[in-house]
Amino acid sequence: MQILSSILFIALAVVGISFFAINAKKIYRNIKLGQSVDRTDNPSERWKNMLLIAFGQKKMFSRPIPALLHLAIYVAFIITQIELIEIFIDGIFGTHRVFKDSLGQLYTFIISLIELVSLGALIATIAFLSRRNLLKLPRLNKEELLGWPKKDGNIILMMELVLVFCIFTMNGTDEALYNMGASHYANGTQGSFGFAISQHLGPAIFGSMSEGTLHFLERVGWWGHFAMVLAFLNYLYFSKHLHILLAFPNTYFANLRPLGQLDNLQSVTNEVKLMMDPNADPFAAPAPDADATPAKFGASDVQDLNWVQLLNAYSCTECGRCTSSCPANITGKKLSPRNIMMKTRDRLEEVGKNIDANKGTFIDDGKSLLNDYITPEELWACTSCNACVQECPIEISPLSIIMDMRRFLVMEQSAAPMELNTMMTNIENNGAPWQYNQMDRLNWKDEN
Amino acid sequence: MSENLIVPTMAEMMAKGEQPEVLFWVGCSGSFDDRAKKITKAFVRILNRANVSFAVLGAEESCTGDPAKRAGNEFAFQMQAIMNIQVFDAYEVKKIVTACPHCFNTLKNEYPELGGKYEVVHHTEFLKSLLESGRLTIEGGQFKGKRITFHDPCYLGRANKIYEAPRDLIQKLDAELVEMKRAKANGLCCGAGGAQMFKEPEKGTKDVNMERTDDALEVKPDIIAAGCPFCNTMLTDGVKFNHKEGEIQVLDVAELIANAQDL
Repeated sequence: MQILSSILFIALAVVGISFFAINAKKIYRNIKLGQSVDRTDNPSERWKNMLLIAFGQKKMFSRPIPALLHLAIYVAFIITQIELIEIFIDGIFGTHRVFKDSLGQLYTFIISLIELVSLGALIATIAFLSRRNLLKLPRLNKEELLGWPKKDGNIILMMELVLVFCIFTMNGTDEALYNMGASHYANGTQGSFGFAISQHLGPAIFGSMSEGTLHFLERVGWWGHFAMVLAFLNYLYFSKHLHILLAFPNTYFANLRPLGQLDNLQSVTNEVKLMMDPNADPFAAPAPDADATPAKFGASDVQDLNWVQLLNAYSCTECGRCTSSCPANITGKKLSPRNIMMKTRDRLEEVGKNIDANKGTFIDDGKSLLNDYITPEELWACTSCNACVQECPIEISPLSIIMDMRRFLVMEQSAAPMELNTMMTNIENNGAPWQYNQMDRLNWKDEN
Repeated sequence: MSENLIVPTMAEMMAKGEQPEVLFWVGCSGSFDDRAKKITKAFVRILNRANVSFAVLGAEESCTGDPAKRAGNEFAFQMQAIMNIQVFDAYEVKKIVTACPHCFNTLKNEYPELGGKYEVVHHTEFLKSLLESGRLTIEGGQFKGKRITFHDPCYLGRANKIYEAPRDLIQKLDAELVEMKRAKANGLCCGAGGAQMFKEPEKGTKDVNMERTDDALEVKPDIIAAGCPFCNTMLTDGVKFNHKEGEIQVLDVAELIANAQDL
């Protein structure tokens, strides 16, 4: 019987983890579809950012209420991993609470802590569910969330509820069993685990149940907990919940430069320098390996974006802090920075599936991120104010994607709004966005 | 008001064999926009008063290329940048001050990679340093006790994390600095950035500058201060739309200081 249970456990773990590994590999492959960009400089600052922003949740606290609720779930998630190690050992070797004897008081402390943070997580989960579904917070009920994203948010929260119930069922019933001297831990002796919550909860809820029922429920809680963890792990791939893993690399590889600094396109620099070099031979053929830069200026599809932008898309939690601070969105325009990230991920997933279906190569599907997912109207509404970048708790930059797509519209398609074309022509001809003569630049000096 | 502005150009300075302490980059708005020209002149009056050795490029100045870059035209931007860098190099420019956060940002952050490395300061930082070094002194003057709110330009604030210099200057005027609900890193754009200044806004329910003006009006200011010619225009329009132009002035920080000194 014990052997059977161990085999079942190992089989479940292997299947669960393998599925996850297969999907994780796909995500890695998809992110690598992006253009290269060097984000390896300044490792000490990068580690610091990761520790403060991802691990320390620093930017979350610009909005204290959701930050505290999120912190409860986050801490519970981290600390519960300790219990997971025990579950793995117990599951494989058929032991029961294998750490208790060796850790003694510390074990009681750790499990008590897990119970307390789980209670915090329970409260936070209920609060989050009501913010989404009862209070209907505007940023959690925007139109881009209709359908799957909304369901996704609720499914995650429900899974968390189940997980917390499993923990308390497991510990509560085990406490009741131990009280009557029937726990698999120290079989035959009577006692109490002394865990902060379940030492009270156990007798109160489960005290009157029969030993058989308790053993059954204890196993339901234990297996439920484990199964939920595996389900969670594999659910990540389909969900915004991927952020619990990707927030870490995403903050590590985030942009360290001032927010106002857009990158200078190197391919353009080469051409401009050539144009302005009086000694350049205009008819010279380019050197064969002069540059391996993309043949395209700006981005019209996900492969034109860089891999950090694609990592951003997978890391996005769809919290909507960006969108709720976006001046264009606040004033009713179609642009939503969150939607830019969601669309980028959707398109990337589609491209990934195309590659899977075509034995490793992408076959043109006649679609692109631009137009099929993100419209020029959205792109032109951006004021480049960086509010979305400032707000993002994990350093995503929707603005960089918007800018790269504008570059494509302007430099590849000449498809800027007419007034902008006029402005750009003025700059080229008069050295000012307006049609004034450059010679008049100092006229203000003598005007009253 | 009779104007006796002393505005040497770099070419004149060079002809005399002099090198100014700082190049004042006026910017397209500061050169051509009627409202922004007043800011330019206010800043020059302060520079003159503080005996700062400065020069402008005059007809040799050209657009930094910022609006073209934000609109997606990297070619137009880099052409401008490289031409401007050639001019800076010819005059051996080391330090640049500008009253336009857009020029400031692009000169400071985007020019170095193209070969243009200078010390670039925004005029609010420069004015603050003049006060700190005692080259300029100010008193409250006409602004004593007035309610002043400061609108953070995106390209000064979030883009370059300069929040305190303009506020320090306002507080030097013995004025009451009142903050809008959205300020500093949470500030709301005036609606002009990213080349929006040069086009009609996309369809929505409201214009961004109206939303921002409402933020400002909420704190019942006597004066809305800004540190950017574009913000100034957008907020002035907003105030006019609300028929408050008789009660509320929109002024650049440089104008506040020049007016306080009755320059």
